[in-house]
Amino acid sequence: MKDLKLAFKLNGRKISTKIPPRLLLVDLLRDILNLKGTKVGCRQGECGACTVLVNGEPINSCIYPALKVAGQSVTTIEGLSQGEKLHPIQQAFLDEGAVQCGYCIPAMALTAKAFLEKNPHPDESQIREGLSGVLCRCTGYRKIVKAVQKASKN
Amino acid sequence: MEQALKDFHWGREIEIQQYLQPLTAKEALRMLAEHEGRALVIAGGTDVIPMLRQGDIEADVLVDISRLPEMGSIEFEGDLISLGGLVTHAQIASSPLIREKAGLLAEAAGTVGSPQIRNVATVAGNLVSAQPAADVTLPLLALNARVTILSPKGEREVPLTQFFPRQGRPAIDCRREILTRIRFSALQKSQGGCYLRLSLRKALALPMLAAAIVVAVDKEKRAIKEAAISLGPVAPTPFRAWKTEAGLRNAPISKATLEGAARTALEEANPRSSLLRGSTEYRKAMVKVFVKRGLSRALANAGAALAEEI
Repeated sequence: MKDLKLAFKLNGRKISTKIPPRLLLVDLLRDILNLKGTKVGCRQGECGACTVLVNGEPINSCIYPALKVAGQSVTTIEGLSQGEKLHPIQQAFLDEGAVQCGYCIPAMALTAKAFLEKNPHPDESQIREGLSGVLCRCTGYRKIVKAVQKASKN
Repeated sequence: MEQALKDFHWGREIEIQQYLQPLTAKEALRMLAEHEGRALVIAGGTDVIPMLRQGDIEADVLVDISRLPEMGSIEFEGDLISLGGLVTHAQIASSPLIREKAGLLAEAAGTVGSPQIRNVATVAGNLVSAQPAADVTLPLLALNARVTILSPKGEREVPLTQFFPRQGRPAIDCRREILTRIRFSALQKSQGGCYLRLSLRKALALPMLAAAIVVAVDKEKRAIKEAAISLGPVAPTPFRAWKTEAGLRNAPISKATLEGAARTALEEANPRSSLLRGSTEYRKAMVKVFVKRGLSRALANAGAALAEEI
């Protein structure tokens, strides 16, 4: 199996690397680029813990061939804050105490970011639908929804 | 323990040798031909990747068609709606024109998986996977959609009603051919549609039962001219309730007509008992409810609502 060239934008920075063709995006991020913020849950596109943004849209990186991101722009949780300055969504999660075990939170925060950009004034049911692709097994949805509400422009 | 993890899908690598990203359809066909039988088309990959990982399918080479030009948009050619082979569920669910002219399809597209899945999964892929519970397949089947298939021999158009001859085996060979386009007519003023879905949760759940219904009415005669009813999963493939439809042709718009249709649907649909989806008895009872409720809503959407409560 020959490695293939891959160039893309990751959290605003240009990345150029060589990877095996079978590699999935989540494994490229975690194992090769050493960004462990993206989590692996079910590995079959159900739990959403591996969510990252490709061109601003949330996708499940565990079922997404890494070579698909050639020339595209990828955002992981590591790219959400600006240095030490937290993104308003991250701050809202802190303020609301929306984090329990934390495993789903990178995915929740990224999904919320993409969702709020499209729906700046959501009601609760819209937020729940927007976040429905990420499962929280602590079942801490109430505070997560509250945090997203807080980060919205309502 | 280590072996157990390897046997489980979680620990398994996807064993492909090559991942090709052609820029034209011609190039894609050439690549498929070059690796004859060992290459497989991939678009969004939300079915292909989990199936590869679980060992349900095998391939040495994946030919990713997501860069082919002119396949990513929804187009309107007069009354004809044309979806490129790369159009995603998210595009359909959020398209104002699809909502207006084929509302049942937009409705169905919005129920698939999760936002993450809908952003990636293509409508064409849903057809090609040929699952009896496939959400967007059911409305497209009821809309009498036709698909365009590109093969080394040229293009052919296949009506969706002939696209599912056998379980899991659609009338396309994804090791040689590409589904490039899906076409169907926009709903007319005398038509109404509706999509109903029963599932355990609102997200990330396959339907226990789903129904897509289109009716054409003669408002002056208060009659149904024609009805198309697709149901899933009630058979090994996505299912059209032909007998039920025949019984509705030129039938008066009445509660009795709908009750008759529900009885016929019950005779021709055969939902299995499933731990995941519920018992045969329950799902059969729901087939009746869905046919009645679906027809009633479709009639209302056609501007010919039933006079009585169902």
